[in-house]
Amino acid sequence: MRWGVLQFPGSCDERDALHACSLLGEARLVWHEERDLNSIDAIVVPGGFSYGDYLRAGAIARFSPAMEAVSEFAAAGGPVLGICNGFQVLCEAALLPGALLLNDTLRFTCRQLDLIAVDGPETGHIDTFEARRPMLSIPAKHGEGRYFAPEGVLDALEANGQVAYRYAPGQNPNGSARDIAGVRNEAGNVIGLMPHPEHAVDPLTGSTDGLRVFEAVAAAGVPA
Amino acid sequence: MTVEVAKHRELGLTDSEFELIVEKLGREPNTVELAMFSLLWSEHCAYKHSRKLLGQLPTEGERVVMGPGENAGAVDIGNGYAIAFKVESHNHPSAVEPFQGAATGVGGILRDVFAIGARPIAILDSLRFGELDSARSRHLLDGAVRGIGHYGNSIGVATVGGEVYFEAPYEHNCLVNAMCLGIAQTKDMVRAAAAGVGNAVVLMGATTGRDGIGGASVLASAELGEGDEAKRPTVQVGDPFEESKVLECCLELLEKGLLVSLQDLGAAGLTSSAGEMASAGGVGIDIDVARVPLREADMEPFEIMVSESQERMLGVVEPAKVDEVLAVCEKWQTGSAEIGIVTDSSQVRILRGEEIVGEMPVEALVDGCPLYDLEPAEPDGWIYGNRAMLERGLSAEETLLALLTSPSIASKRWVFEQYDSVVGSRTVRRPEAADAAVLQVPEGGNAIAVSIDGNGRRVACDPYAGTIEAVLECAQNLACVGAEPLGLTNCLNFGNPEKPAPAWQLDRAIAGLAEACRALNVPVVGGNVSLYNEGPEGPIYPTPVVAMVGELPDPAKACGSAFAKEGDAIGLLGPFAPTLAGTELAKLRGELEMGLPQPEIEVVAAACATVREAVRAGKLSSAHDISDGGFACALAESAIAGGIGCSIDLQPLRERGCSPEEALFGEGAGGFLLSGEHAALEELGATPLGKVGGTTIEIAAGDRSLTVGLVAVENAWRSLSV
Repeated sequence: MRWGVLQFPGSCDERDALHACSLLGEARLVWHEERDLNSIDAIVVPGGFSYGDYLRAGAIARFSPAMEAVSEFAAAGGPVLGICNGFQVLCEAALLPGALLLNDTLRFTCRQLDLIAVDGPETGHIDTFEARRPMLSIPAKHGEGRYFAPEGVLDALEANGQVAYRYAPGQNPNGSARDIAGVRNEAGNVIGLMPHPEHAVDPLTGSTDGLRVFEAVAAAGVPA
Repeated sequence: MTVEVAKHRELGLTDSEFELIVEKLGREPNTVELAMFSLLWSEHCAYKHSRKLLGQLPTEGERVVMGPGENAGAVDIGNGYAIAFKVESHNHPSAVEPFQGAATGVGGILRDVFAIGARPIAILDSLRFGELDSARSRHLLDGAVRGIGHYGNSIGVATVGGEVYFEAPYEHNCLVNAMCLGIAQTKDMVRAAAAGVGNAVVLMGATTGRDGIGGASVLASAELGEGDEAKRPTVQVGDPFEESKVLECCLELLEKGLLVSLQDLGAAGLTSSAGEMASAGGVGIDIDVARVPLREADMEPFEIMVSESQERMLGVVEPAKVDEVLAVCEKWQTGSAEIGIVTDSSQVRILRGEEIVGEMPVEALVDGCPLYDLEPAEPDGWIYGNRAMLERGLSAEETLLALLTSPSIASKRWVFEQYDSVVGSRTVRRPEAADAAVLQVPEGGNAIAVSIDGNGRRVACDPYAGTIEAVLECAQNLACVGAEPLGLTNCLNFGNPEKPAPAWQLDRAIAGLAEACRALNVPVVGGNVSLYNEGPEGPIYPTPVVAMVGELPDPAKACGSAFAKEGDAIGLLGPFAPTLAGTELAKLRGELEMGLPQPEIEVVAAACATVREAVRAGKLSSAHDISDGGFACALAESAIAGGIGCSIDLQPLRERGCSPEEALFGEGAGGFLLSGEHAALEELGATPLGKVGGTTIEIAAGDRSLTVGLVAVENAWRSLSV
């Protein structure tokens, strides 16, 4: 598997994502002005503050040459993972539904959290998930991570199996609708989440559960 | 003449300093020259009241790669790598505008570290505010914390630790000290000395505006008082995105070998960076202000020279490499302009196109400022107020809960959760997980630990002993994670040195710092001095903030402070003989007075070595330094962190002559609270006190014995928010 990690001016977590990807295959950085993704099997849009994010998180990065290429890559079924700012960029680029708003605390929050990976349509109550799923211990750190979508869209996401990750009951750090931490597109090959799986790949720094997120993305490519 | 005299005073120069400038120039300085002299001869740049004292500090050591005088100090961690670190104050800007003041404090310390070619990997902050029942203090705390987070989070450098104290003497003059650590290959590190006559001087990064004009002299070197709002234009505005681009750009330039030297623009802007580069290199420098990219077209030459606009770096480049340098700046979308040249004239010349608008000998400008002797006098008694905040006659349980609730002791989770502590994939021990932050350094095949400390209240009680305690606390914190100290830096925050009491505090504190560093054999690799920290009600507590960096071979073995195992033995190690002098409890009771016991440095150092080796050998379950709030609070912190109770008997402390209250809440240097196998603790020579287990904290201490539930203790400790 050859991973490409986008690098915008203002990216913060691209080296950490590169390291995480290198544990699973080959990996290289993709400069924001590059368009050629031919030698790449999976894309990571990393965390940070692309172009400073002074306008609105991800609002400028979506227009970068590299993101134009990522849109084509995604349309062709290539697996794409957006982390934190990368999730915001994918939502801005309309590759994923919904939007990320200011945390309900109005503060940046950095905290180790438990996530529930969701891999199919849901009908039950949130509090039943805990018993059903193994938890992933992964840190979240953001100021604009409150997932928002209209109620009808949220219902459809749940019914279509497009909710990818939820915060464990009682651990939602930002007021996200229905405890949603990450979503996937309808085809399933584009996944975005606010917590940082690239910061959970080493037992020394807290957890290796993040590797399971990368593995899930690697397996999520769909034939064109 | 009379106009000029008024002007130099306005800029912070004394009459005799002005006369000396006239003598050195052989004429009166013009506006540009006067502005530049006033900045470089300010306390902030010239250390004119502290430099003589700082000579006592030991600066040599086998592992020292860069010492004082460079943008940051650095120590060797093996494998060809070095850790650079520095701490600097941004007190007065933060007291005027806390968000931008603190943010640009972080921005400035980051530049100091990448200026020597090190990639920043961690930030720590040492903060002091007035009591939290004051609206002003809550505003300053909130703003400073958001500002630090804004800059550090946005630029992607982990904030891994720090400390916050709340004390009335900081009400008007808060302290914001920011520390940065970076990593570099020793062979690639660069000094700030200009070299090579004919080489180009290139200004990189942000454009130059009117922000921060006169910050070093007007804000940093005078007391705060009424009308500080009018000083707001002297506070700079930070742009972490610009800094992130300049950082990457400079590191790429250094990696490609395109720079002869590099210097950041901090306090006093182009004036100090150009002057200090020329002075360090023994050369002259010409700067053409007409070539400096400006935010506002009509800026005067003196404004351009003294502007403190942020996110700017100055590089010296061989003429043949200038185009390549400009191309790398272009790639990172950051500004760049060739604004000057290195000369053999020994002069700093300021030009506007063809016109010379200022010309001064480098020596006079940078090193010509007279150094002053202090006129210290020990105050007659306690010069700060005493305000009782605790009712009389509280039970031991109530006293413990009150101490844990006190904002200086309570968990700082509200603060550190606003900071990204994990970016960079190095953070092995996050804030409050252990006594020191631990970062893995795969490049060196090992790890580093860092701790920052300085209890101003105790230094006020006895500047000499209190400063020694600050150094010992850092050493103890490092020992708890198994780290051996490599080097130390400091930020000396004091009041007006021209007054006898602050002068005495400064004199005694530096003597204590020197003594402790010599005894522990830890070199001082850099430092910063912030004087004139006073408000209308007097000086701040004398606050030497000490930061120590150490190394450990295996980060997986770094002990946390949390009790880990039911049934583990609890032991006390070290020459801990606590008293109530200068304690948090004495403060809450309004009973502060002068005097502290003198710490036994050598005995503490030996205890540190014992703990360090035991941690490295994996013999302990937890290790925690006993500091603010005494033994009972340290015990509560370990119990809360582990989610397990404990029961102990403090009789051994009673046998050291402590009263029950002193044993519970007394403070002093040299105490380690350890847990682990009974046999392991015995082997270390720790005094057995009890064991880990249950859901309550039970302490037998004569007529002050107490039992309190873990939940109540945790609720008290976690009560801090704004």
